Amino acid sequence: MATVDLKNIRKIYPGGFEAVKKVNLAIRDGALCVLVGPSGCGKSTLLRMIAGLESITEGEIAIDGRMVNELGPAERDIAMVFQNYALYPHMSVYDNMAYGLRNRRMPKPEIDKRVREVAATLELDHLLTRRPRELSGGQRQRVAMGRAIVRNPKLFLFDEPLSNLDAKLRGQMRVEIKNLQRSLGVTSVYVTHDQLEAMTLADVLVVMNAGNVEQIGAPLDIYEKPATLFVASFIGAPPMNLLPLRHGEGRAALADGTEIGGSGLSLSGEATTLGIRPENLFLVTNNDEIGGNAIFEIVIRAIEPVGAESFIYGDVGKTRLVVRVAGKTAMEPGAKIHVGAKVADLHVFDDAGIRI
Amino acid sequence: MIDNRPSRRIIAHATLLVGVFIVAFPIYYTFVASTHSLQTILRPPLPLIPGDRFLENYATALFGGIGQIGGVSVGRLLWNSTVVAVLIAVGKILISIISAYAVVFFRFPLRMTFFWLIFITLMLPVEVRILPTYKVMVDFGLIDTYAGLTLPLMASATATLLFRQFFMTIPGELLEAARVDGAGPWRFFWDILLPLSKTNIAALFVIQFIYGWTQYLWPLLVTNRNDMGTIVIALRKMISFADADTQWHLVMVTCILAILPPILVVVFMQRWFVRGLVETEK
Ligand SMILES: Nc1ncnc2c1ncn2[C@@H]1O[C@H](COP(=O)(O)OP(=O)(O)OP(=O)(O)O)[C@@H](O)[C@H]1O
Ligand SMILES: [Mg+2]
Repeated sequence: MATVDLKNIRKIYPGGFEAVKKVNLAIRDGALCVLVGPSGCGKSTLLRMIAGLESITEGEIAIDGRMVNELGPAERDIAMVFQNYALYPHMSVYDNMAYGLRNRRMPKPEIDKRVREVAATLELDHLLTRRPRELSGGQRQRVAMGRAIVRNPKLFLFDEPLSNLDAKLRGQMRVEIKNLQRSLGVTSVYVTHDQLEAMTLADVLVVMNAGNVEQIGAPLDIYEKPATLFVASFIGAPPMNLLPLRHGEGRAALADGTEIGGSGLSLSGEATTLGIRPENLFLVTNNDEIGGNAIFEIVIRAIEPVGAESFIYGDVGKTRLVVRVAGKTAMEPGAKIHVGAKVADLHVFDDAGIRI
Repeated sequence: MIDNRPSRRIIAHATLLVGVFIVAFPIYYTFVASTHSLQTILRPPLPLIPGDRFLENYATALFGGIGQIGGVSVGRLLWNSTVVAVLIAVGKILISIISAYAVVFFRFPLRMTFFWLIFITLMLPVEVRILPTYKVMVDFGLIDTYAGLTLPLMASATATLLFRQFFMTIPGELLEAARVDGAGPWRFFWDILLPLSKTNIAALFVIQFIYGWTQYLWPLLVTNRNDMGTIVIALRKMISFADADTQWHLVMVTCILAILPPILVVVFMQRWFVRGLVETEK
C-alpha cells in the first residue's frame, strides 16, 4: 500500500519523440487510478515509467514518499499485469505465480501457502499444474492477476489487461478486478483506452491526450464537467454533440447562422463551442417547455434503435446532432422536430477549448 | 493426401520400399562383410547373409588394436570422435547462444558491428583460414590435443544467427515480466530463455554433432599420433593402396561402428525436439 507522486514527468524517446509532457499526478493510498486516452497518447509510456521499465527523461516519481527514479522494477515493489499476460510459457501456473517469490528468496513453505491462497481466491486451484497454453484466455488473465497478487506489492500496474477478452468476459473481469482491488486495498494504476472500463473502475480518472493530462478527477465529475473540449468529446458514448457558435453577438446562434430558440440562454463573448450530451436532449412537444431551455429545430436523417433506447441523428443547420431517447420511436427520417436541453446541462467552451 | 484406395496404397508402399532398399542395402552389405573373414571377403562373390565371425571381428577391432593405424583400437577412436563431436556441438551451442543473447537483449556500443562481424565469418569456411589457424594451433602447442581438434571449429555464425532469430520472436513483455519478478539478466537467461530454446538446442546439437563427427580435413592436419585420431581419419588410414594389405573385414567393422553414434544421437534427440515442436506455444 502506498501513495504515488509524479512531479513534472517528461519522456522523450531516443528518436526525439516527446511521448509524455510534464505530467503531475498524486495518487492517494489505496486508490484505483485509471489512465485513459486515445491510442498513442502516452498512457503506456507513463505506466512503464512508474514500473521502472522505461527511463525518466525529466521529473520525479515517488512511491510512498520515496524517490524511485533510479530503482529498477524489482526494487520498486510493484507488480504488473501485461496486455498479453506475459506468462512464462514453459512454467506451470503454480511456477508462474511462485517465480517472483523465489527470486526474492522467500522460504518454500511460505511461497506454497501464498500461491495456494491466491489461487483459491481466483478459483485457479484446479489449474495449478497446467501450462499457460492449456488455459483459456480468461484463465490466463486470472493467472496474470494471481502472479501480481501473490507478490503482495505496494502497487499494481495494469496495461490494458482486458483488451484480449471478449465483451462479456471483459465485463465480468472488470467487476472482479474492482472487487479484488477494493478488498486488497492496494494502490493501482490502470491503463485503458476503453472509456466504459475507465468510468466504471476508476476512483481517480486521468484523461490524457497527446502526452498531456487533460483532466484529473472522479469519473462522474469529469463526465458532468469536462474541463476541455477534448475530454468532452472523449468521455461519453455516443460522444457529446459539439456545436460551433457565432462570435460575439447578443442572441445565441450557431456559426452557420441558425438561431438557438428558447429562453434563458445567455453566452459570454468568448464562447465558441456549445456541447450537449445526447441524453440531455429531449423532444419538445408543446410550447410550455421553452422556458429555461435551449431549443433546436432539427431535420431527422437517421434513426438507430438499439432496444432499450434509440438514437436520432439529425441536422441543426449544417451541424450533425445525436439525440438519445428511451425505448422505440415512431418518427421517420426527413421529419422536422424540435429538441431541447436544460440550460444547466449545456457545456460551453472558449477558443482554446477550455470550459467556461 | 488422404486416399485410401488399396491400389494407391500398394503403389505408395512399393515406392517407399524401393527407396528404403536403395538406401539401406549398402549399409546392410557393409554389415554382412563385417561378419566374414578376410579370406571370404577377398574371394568373390561375397555372400548375402551374415557370416559367423561377428563376435570375433568386432572384438578384435574394438579392443585388440589395428595394425595399419599403429595398434590403436577402434574403441579408442570412437572415444576420440565422441569427445570431439560433443565438444564441438556443445561449444558451438554455448558460444552462439551467449552471443545471440548479448546481441538481442543488451544495448552496448558497436552492438550491430559485432553482429555483422559474426555474420561475416559465415563467408569464410574452415578451409580458407586453415593455414593461419594451423599456425596458431602449432604456436599454442595444441597439436594432438582435444583442444586443438575442437577449438577452431567452435565459433558458429549460423547457430548465432539461428538463436538471434529465435530470440527476436520472444515478446518484450516476457522480458519485462521477468524484470518485474526480480529476475536479473542471468536468471532471465537461465530460467526463461534457455528452457524456451530447448527445441532449437536439440536440433542444433544433432546437426553440429554430425558436423563434428564427420570432420575430415582439420583432424587430419592437427593430429599426428594415431591414438589422437578420429574414427573417420583412422578409417582412411586403414585402407592402404596395395589391396592385399587392407584388412577389409576390420574396415567394414569400423564403418559400421562409425555410423552408429550419429544414428543414436539422431534417434535420441529426435524424441526431444519432436516433443518440443508439438509443444510449441500458441
Ligand atoms: N520505444 C519507443 N521509441 C519511440 N517512440 C515510442 C516508443 N514507444 C512508444 N513510442 C511513441 O510514444 C507514443 C506513446 O506511446 P504509448 O505506448 O505510451 O501509447 P499508448 O497511450 O499506450 O497507446 P495505446 O493505447 O495504443 O497502447 C506513441 O506515439 C508511440 O509511437
Ligand atoms: Mg499502450
